[in-house]
Amino acid sequence: VSVVVETDARRRELVTPEGVPIQFVVAPAGDRVGALLLDLLLIGLGVAVVLIPLIGLAAAAHAGADLVVAGAILAVFLLWTFYFPFFELAWQGQTPGKRKLRLRVVDASGGPLRAEAVLARNLTREAELLLPLMALTGGESVFPDAPGMARLVALAWLLVFGLLPLFNRDRLRVGDLLAGTLVVRQPEAVLLEDLSAARPASASVPTFTDAQLDVYGIYELQVLEQVLRQQVPGRGAALDAVAAKIREKIGWEGPAASEPFLRAFYAALRGRLEHRMLLGRRREDKHHRDR
Amino acid sequence: VSVSLKSAAFRAEREGTWRELEALVDAAERRGVAALAAHDVLRLPALYRGALSSLSVARAISLDRNVVEYLESLAARAYLVVHGTRRHLRQAIADFALRRFPAAVRALRWHLLAAFGLLAAGAATGLALTLSDPERFYAFVGEAYAQGRGPTSSTASLRQALYAPVDATGFLKTFAMVLLNHNTRVGLAAFGLGFAGGVPTALLLFANGLVLGAFAALYHSRGLSLELWAWLLPHGVTELFAVVLCGAGGLVLGQALVFPGRDERLRSLSIRGREAAVLAIGAVGMLFVAGLVEGIFRQLVHSVAARYAVAAAFAALWTAYFTGAGRERTRRVRR
Repeated sequence: VSVVVETDARRRELVTPEGVPIQFVVAPAGDRVGALLLDLLLIGLGVAVVLIPLIGLAAAAHAGADLVVAGAILAVFLLWTFYFPFFELAWQGQTPGKRKLRLRVVDASGGPLRAEAVLARNLTREAELLLPLMALTGGESVFPDAPGMARLVALAWLLVFGLLPLFNRDRLRVGDLLAGTLVVRQPEAVLLEDLSAARPASASVPTFTDAQLDVYGIYELQVLEQVLRQQVPGRGAALDAVAAKIREKIGWEGPAASEPFLRAFYAALRGRLEHRMLLGRRREDKHHRDR
Repeated sequence: VSVSLKSAAFRAEREGTWRELEALVDAAERRGVAALAAHDVLRLPALYRGALSSLSVARAISLDRNVVEYLESLAARAYLVVHGTRRHLRQAIADFALRRFPAAVRALRWHLLAAFGLLAAGAATGLALTLSDPERFYAFVGEAYAQGRGPTSSTASLRQALYAPVDATGFLKTFAMVLLNHNTRVGLAAFGLGFAGGVPTALLLFANGLVLGAFAALYHSRGLSLELWAWLLPHGVTELFAVVLCGAGGLVLGQALVFPGRDERLRSLSIRGREAAVLAIGAVGMLFVAGLVEGIFRQLVHSVAARYAVAAAFAALWTAYFTGAGRERTRRVRR
C-alpha cells in the first residue's frame, strides 16, 4: 500500500496581525506561467476589441493606417500597464488568470496587501518580462549599437532576472522581492466527517490495550486516516492489506471485518495519542522512544 | 456510544461557527466583501477570530489531520477576506495623487537630486563634447532617435522639425508614440534596473543626458537654442522630471540592495521598494501629462513666447504640487 503524505516543502507560515501563524502553499511555477499566459491572452483580446472598430472606422473614413497604429499602441500601453494593478487591487490579489488557476498574491510578512505593494510588483514587469522577451526576439531595439559580446552578456543578465522565480524556493520574481509579496495557492480544504465519531451499530466494538496502541505514533495515525478517507477503486483491498498488517503487528486476534476494525483502531489510537499529547508526551511515529 | 474523544467534542461544539464563516467567505470570494449583508459584515471579524482560536486549539489537541487542514485553510481564506486590500481603486488613486506621491517625492529629495545631477552631468558632457566636435553627435544619438537630424542637416530642416504641421490624426499618433517613446522606456527601465544595484540606472540617466546635450549643442551651433528650448520645455519640464523621478526610484532600490543598513538585504529591498514604486507610478502619470502637452499644445502653438510661458507654468505647477500637496492635513493635526 502506498500512501503519499503531502510534502511540507512548499508550505510557508505567515503570522497574522492577530499573532496566529497560518500556513499557505507557495504557488508552483507552472501555475504562475499558466496564469500569466491567460492574462496575456485577455490583454490581447482587449486590444483586438479596441482595434477592430478602429480598423473599420479607418477603412470607412479613409483616414489611413496612422489612426489604427496609434490606437493599437495606446491600447497596448494602457492595458499592459493597468490590467494587472487594476485587478490585483479590485479582486484582492487576483487577476482573471490567477483566479482561474486559484492563485493569490499575499503580503509575505502577514500584513494586509497594500496598494503600493501591488503597484510595485507589477511595475517591474517591464524590466523582467518585456526586456528579456525583446532581447530574445530582436536585440536591435534593446541594445542599439552594442558589440556582440556585450549584447550576449546583457541577454544573459536579463534572462537571469526573468527566470529568477525558478531559482528560489518561494518562487519570488523581482517584483515580489520589491513589493514583499508572495504568490500562494488559494487554500481550499473541505471538512469531512470525523472518523472517530462514526461507530458501528453493533455492540461488539473491538477494544485495545495501551500496549497494543503504543506500537504506533502520529505519523501512522494520519496515514491510516488518509487510507480510510480515500475514495478510489481498490479501496477494499487496500483496507484489507492495512488491517492484516496492523493485526499482525499488535498481535490482535478476533473476528472483525477490515473497515470496522480499522475505524475502531483509529478512534482508539487517536484517543490514546491525543491523551499523551495533552500530557506533553507527543509520540511522532513508531520509532519514537520515550526517555 | 457517544462521542468520547476531547478533540471530537471540541469539533462538535465549534463546527457550526466554522460552517457559518465558510459560507460568508465563499460569498465574499465570489462577489466581494461589498456584496455581503450588513449583519454578515459585522459577524465576519468575530467569526474570523473564532476560527483562528479554533485553529490554535486544534493544533494543540487534535490529531485529526483533516480538521487541522480544514481550519488552516478556513483561517487563511478568512484572513485574505478580512485583511485583503480594503480600499476602492478610486480612493486608492485619490489618496495616492493627493498625499502619498508628493510626500514620497519630498522624502526622497536627496535621491531625486542625485538623479537630476546625473542627468545634468550627462547633458553638460554631451553639450561640451558635441560643441568641440560636431561629429560626436552620432556617438551620443542613435540613428533611429535622430530621425535624420544631425550635423549634416540644413538649418532650415532643423528649424522645420520644431514646428510640425497641425494634423488631425497626427495628434493621437504623437500622443500614443510619446507613451511608448524613448523617455518612457528609459524611465521605466531606470526604475526596474534599480534592483541591479543602481549602476544601470545611473548609466541610463547619464546616457539620456548625453543625448539631450548633443541635441542642445547641434541646435546651438545653428543659433536655434532659444527655439529648441521653446519646443522642448513645455512637455520636457514634465517629461524630464518624470524620468528623473524614475531614476531616483531606481537609485533608492540600488541603495537598499548595496547598503541595506540594519535590515536583511531582501527585507530592506522590499521596504524601500514600495517607496520607490510610488515615485515610478507617479512618474508614469506625469508622462501621460507630458504626452498630452506634446501631442496637442506643441502642434497648435508655434509662438516662442507662449511656449516659454507654458513651460514656466508647468514648472511652477509641479513645484507647488511637490512642495505643498498633502502637507495641510498633517499641520492641522499638529495644532
